[in-house]
Amino acid sequence: MASAPKEPVQFSGAGPLNAPISGVLTWVDQRFPLMSLWRDHLSQYYAPKNFNFWYFFGSLAMLVLVIQIVTGIFLVMHYKPSAAEAFASVEYIMRDVPGGWFIRYMHSTGASAFFIVVYLHMFRGLLYGSYRQPRELIWIFGMLIYLCLMAEAFFGYLLPWGQMSFWGAQVIINLFDALPLIGPDLSTWIRGDFVISDATLNRFFAFHVIAIPLVLLGLVAAHIMALHEVGSNNPDGVEIKQHKDAKGIPLDGIPFHPYYTVKDIVGVVVFLFLFFLVVFFMPEMGGYFLEYNNFIPADALKTPPHIAPVWYFTPYYSILRAITEDFMLVLAIGVAAYVVLIWLTTRNALVKMAAPAIGLVIIVLMKGGPLAIEAKVWGVAMMGAATLIFFLMPWLDQSPVKSIRYKGPLFRTALSIFVIVFIVLGYYGTQTVTPAGTLISQIGTLIYFAFFLLMPWYSAMDKTKPVPDRVTM
Amino acid sequence: MGKNMNKLKHLFAVLLLAPAFALAAGTEVKLDRAPIDENDQASLQRGARHFVNYCLNCHSASYMRYNRLRDIGLTDKQIVDNLLFSGGKVGDLMKIAMDPKDAASWFGAAPPELSVIARSRASHAGTGADWLYSYLRSFYRDAERPTGWNNTVFPNVGMPHVLWELQGEQVLAERKVQGAGFEKTEHALKLDKPGKLSPVEYDQMVADLVNYMVFMAEPARASRTTIGIFVLFALSLLFLLAYALKKEYWKDVH
Repeated sequence: MASAPKEPVQFSGAGPLNAPISGVLTWVDQRFPLMSLWRDHLSQYYAPKNFNFWYFFGSLAMLVLVIQIVTGIFLVMHYKPSAAEAFASVEYIMRDVPGGWFIRYMHSTGASAFFIVVYLHMFRGLLYGSYRQPRELIWIFGMLIYLCLMAEAFFGYLLPWGQMSFWGAQVIINLFDALPLIGPDLSTWIRGDFVISDATLNRFFAFHVIAIPLVLLGLVAAHIMALHEVGSNNPDGVEIKQHKDAKGIPLDGIPFHPYYTVKDIVGVVVFLFLFFLVVFFMPEMGGYFLEYNNFIPADALKTPPHIAPVWYFTPYYSILRAITEDFMLVLAIGVAAYVVLIWLTTRNALVKMAAPAIGLVIIVLMKGGPLAIEAKVWGVAMMGAATLIFFLMPWLDQSPVKSIRYKGPLFRTALSIFVIVFIVLGYYGTQTVTPAGTLISQIGTLIYFAFFLLMPWYSAMDKTKPVPDRVTM
Repeated sequence: MGKNMNKLKHLFAVLLLAPAFALAAGTEVKLDRAPIDENDQASLQRGARHFVNYCLNCHSASYMRYNRLRDIGLTDKQIVDNLLFSGGKVGDLMKIAMDPKDAASWFGAAPPELSVIARSRASHAGTGADWLYSYLRSFYRDAERPTGWNNTVFPNVGMPHVLWELQGEQVLAERKVQGAGFEKTEHALKLDKPGKLSPVEYDQMVADLVNYMVFMAEPARASRTTIGIFVLFALSLLFLLAYALKKEYWKDVH
């Protein structure tokens, strides 16, 4: 059954092109939901009017994604995914391909910029409780994007086939080696060889240029669709949809286009200024964006004295290295203390029974003599847990308010310490192992997990301030 | 609660100060700063000549094309007449005839490819140029090494001192230094037999060579910074426009 044709689109610009443009738009709109998409996501998507500095990073993350895809396409035109040719082909891009150095530096700087922007975007979520009900799925999609981004960066980093590419991948793949029973076979399966080789490079290339980007794009779409379904949070953490005018438009909302499009353009220009400052004047960024050792071709026979992952992985790398055999006792005591805390505070009979049982199993696996799993495996598990624990944020935060503006001193202090610990762990992840560094990483690891695991208690007992009815400017 | 907060604050302070302790603990060879000027074409051209004469026999620079030397002010004819000894074409890569396998058996390890060596040798101790400049001036006589040479920047290096005729022969001399209340021994390089060049001339020659190697590691560097200034200037203008546009649209949002 053919539905009635849609209303013609009236293009309201000035000048003689009005009529033909309206005609084309009408033709398309009667065959494709052009105008409704435009309205739902831009011209009639009402965003809170009080977005501040922290709200630039969502659109900037999209911009960096586009930069990475476009520069990536051009790099693939000249790059050779082969162990014999990869390093030389990157230098060929840097020297002989017209503008090749520009494309390559945009891509290498873009990788770090992506993480900077995404970390700030995630911090915004932590600040204003953007993960809280009803935005749990937005947060979960966002975390999946973050995981994809880490996978994308990891696979991409092998491609230049420098020493750090090779040995960084070696360290990470060897982590799977530590897993009980399946470890060695699993790591061989991942590499496609007994050592990192041409086969590994080829599959990493496949993941980097097609598999992960496809998933990433799908997740970005889901992230934005979920966001536009429930509406954006804001620095006050109040729901603007609770106060609407007669036409059903939120009183504190303004259409995303043109208000936030023109505002985001300012953010884009400032971002590009900083981005190109790095691209043109300090593409190595002191060895943090392009590691110096990666200008040496991969050599399976020469282990570099100091293997450091790129800066955006280093907080997790610190956690991995912090889990040593003599730290297991501390961790086991930590688990026991956590079980006691749960047991003392819960009223749920099932939890009262299950918590000690689960705790006991973990403690036995940590410190139970012959039953214990070695510390290396726990390091891998803790590193994984450190990234995955973000997923639980919507349920860990028990504060009656969303935004940091109205949360009390406990949450504010906890979040500040968490940020500092994240940076300190990141710093130690770039350094060679020292006893002091290991000790600090261990303390940092405990604080890192305490921030999340103790949140249900400190966020609930915190002294919050009254939340205003409407947003404040 | 207050007590806990204080503890947290202490932890805070320890965590923040810790990097300072870690840095203080490290010991490294101090590198000399390379006195190079990437805009000095005469120096770059001298450096290219030294590189082709002294380095490009055992080391290759196989990502670098000879005709890229146009970027430092040479013509194709000058390149072919003065620098291209192999009789190849001006667009050839700077490859060498030596087989890396032979080289590995002669020197213990194949001499590294040098195209991007100036980038790879950078560290927090100094730039790659600083490392190369220090390294090429730090060879000394050491009878215990198979080549008869050792190096303070790269201990037990496989390469003999190729430039010894120019620099002369250094030895590692011990000297006693009066510290605060105690005496300590320092090792310092000392010129034992002078070479064809004076120490000042030799340092200048090495600086030219290093200057060239920095250029070779990233020939696009000069154009990169030039274009960069225009890009940043254009973005600054764009910022003014974008900001004015935003102000205009937002004037009715209260």
